[in-house]
Amino acid sequence: MYQYDEIDQTMVDERVAQFRDQVARRLTGEISEDEFKPLRLQNGLYLQLHAYMLRIAIPYGTLSSHQLRGLAQIGCKYDRGWGHFTTRQNLQYNWIKLEDTADALADLAKIQMHAIQTSGNCIRNTTTDQFAGAAHDEIEDPRVWCEIIRQWSTFHPEFSFLPRKFKIAVTGSPNDRAAVRVHDIGLRMHKNAAGEVGFEVIVGGGLGRTPFIGKTIRDFLPKQDLLSYLEAILRVYNQFGRRDNIYKARIKILVHELGIDTVREKVEAEWQATKDGALKLPQEAIDQIAAQFAPPPYEKLQGGINADYANAFRTDFEFGLWARRNTFKHKQPGYSIVTISLKKEGEAPGDAKAEQMNAVADIADRYSFGEIRVTHEQNLVLPHVRQADLPAVFKALKAYDLATPNVGLASDIIACPGLDYCALANARSIPVAQQIALRFKNWERAHDVGELKIKISGCINACGHHHVGHIGILGVDKAGEEFYQLTLGGSADDQAAIGDLIGPSLNATDTVDAIDTLVETYLRIRKDSDERFLDTYRRVGLAPFKEAVYVAA
Amino acid sequence: MSLLKNGHIVGEDAFQLVADDATVPASGAVLITYARWQAEKDQLSGRNSPLGISLPNNLDVLDFGPEAERFDLIVLSFPKFSDGRAYSQARLLRERFGYKGELRATGHVLQDQLWHMQRSGFDAFEIPREDAAEAFAKASRSFTNVYQPTGDGRVSALKQRLAAARKKEAAE
Repeated sequence: MYQYDEIDQTMVDERVAQFRDQVARRLTGEISEDEFKPLRLQNGLYLQLHAYMLRIAIPYGTLSSHQLRGLAQIGCKYDRGWGHFTTRQNLQYNWIKLEDTADALADLAKIQMHAIQTSGNCIRNTTTDQFAGAAHDEIEDPRVWCEIIRQWSTFHPEFSFLPRKFKIAVTGSPNDRAAVRVHDIGLRMHKNAAGEVGFEVIVGGGLGRTPFIGKTIRDFLPKQDLLSYLEAILRVYNQFGRRDNIYKARIKILVHELGIDTVREKVEAEWQATKDGALKLPQEAIDQIAAQFAPPPYEKLQGGINADYANAFRTDFEFGLWARRNTFKHKQPGYSIVTISLKKEGEAPGDAKAEQMNAVADIADRYSFGEIRVTHEQNLVLPHVRQADLPAVFKALKAYDLATPNVGLASDIIACPGLDYCALANARSIPVAQQIALRFKNWERAHDVGELKIKISGCINACGHHHVGHIGILGVDKAGEEFYQLTLGGSADDQAAIGDLIGPSLNATDTVDAIDTLVETYLRIRKDSDERFLDTYRRVGLAPFKEAVYVAA
Repeated sequence: MSLLKNGHIVGEDAFQLVADDATVPASGAVLITYARWQAEKDQLSGRNSPLGISLPNNLDVLDFGPEAERFDLIVLSFPKFSDGRAYSQARLLRERFGYKGELRATGHVLQDQLWHMQRSGFDAFEIPREDAAEAFAKASRSFTNVYQPTGDGRVSALKQRLAAARKKEAAE
């Protein structure tokens, strides 16, 4: 895992000092709220419905057990003993006091963490595959590139006041688990015909009120040119992105209005002028960063299925259920990747109590080389668990309500904080998620339904990624009442698609019933149990689902 | 309003701002608009006194860049601190077109943006406060290190580490 050196540590320490001074100048009235707002935002501090919210960056979703314990402690000291994991692999505290923020940031700096650029019109935390460095299907560990991007983008003098926020995601695997096609820039590592590894560069994807699937601006970018190419894109965007209307200010609108060919022309022209300059990455520099992501000291184990694991799988039904849903194939023989569901029925998606965070840290120390990941689907991951240890890990997680066997199932819902917390929301998200999850509490039904990604946003800003949910739910305000629009067929993977609107919006109760109806319809018309909800939808289209929901109602 | 150059308050601006409808004096340092330059390029080119130009922040600076070296002062504007287009203009003028003259930031210039402006190549600032020099001095001390190379000559963290590793290797 990446460890700060003196340069990194000095940087975050100086940032804390700078913010402390800014807060002081705000409190004396030297700077106005209008001038203070972008400063606090670039330190992750939002003013929400009831209190300040502090958003902590978890760069590319990688945490050490030491850091997770620190986050738990900060959650106890400054919040109410909770943390909320978000779709951007970040952590939010929802009950922070303004006067405490500089101290909270100082505590974070002690565990090599920060809240830099977690908000504001700048380059945000770079996200990636939660299985990076462990997945059997990956070409290279994308975290090396995320860290290179993290450093380049931190306090970038030219790109701190962009037209709008800017999000970059990287996948090192052909099976995209990082949703790269719905980011401002998506980077997909792949091999070219000569066998060299580089990036497909995708630009102009995004959700929000005008969703777009990103377009490929360059098929193959050599690794050493990554930063100069990113800088070229950002420079074009900074100068030509719209600033007259915040809803049209993301790069996706620039790409849409100018067309990808014009944008490519401008970017390539800019890049030609800089590609052999100071941003060109020497191989030694790449190697230096890569060395920090060296694999942990795995035991040499046999491939195939471990006997203890197989035995537990046969004899312990609950364990088998969990292992089937919540583990993923590791690249190292004898190891597995474990996803810890933060979606127990009745809980708010992504919420974790301090004692749960501490428990996960302990389990990671014992069974996963002290490493934890945060997923954009608001779960946690133990990336390197010996197969033989899976039964013990299951037992340890279960003791803290962390062994819900529902990863990828209907109750594994992404939801934004919604009207319960957020000042922008039209409707609540969390109660709807909770009620849907309860409908799928019956494991037999949930597992029979299989993979089904339900995503809920409380408003058009789409923080819950509803556009790319197999079933998407969007909260709208209808004459002061909370209503919900349903979309079907969205997907954030390598075949990314924006969901189709099914019909008029429904109230909360009808929405939950409608999800049931959609699932029943799917079960009735699917070819067989291997055909996922999304596959069935792609095969038959909207009509049978629409009919079922609206005729029934 | 204070005018700050290289960290020090300058009593009086050497450049006289000439409105588009006023006559440009035959001698003395003047500051003109981009529009005027476009219209009267031929007459103004031959002028023997220092010439400054203020560029709108929506100008594609690639179009102007080749002419930059003709000027002694270029003024870039921040209509609002949150409008960051002039950062790109500044870097392009300095790093692409090799502009060496005075590069001045005007408009909504705040202490907390001075660091970014300096790094982007600005060396002069119009700041609406008396203690501009102190604010500037404080802002320039914000960070000991930088992560990214710009034209300001600071060595990026990446290059620092590389140099340290090479030095270590050479010693071994």
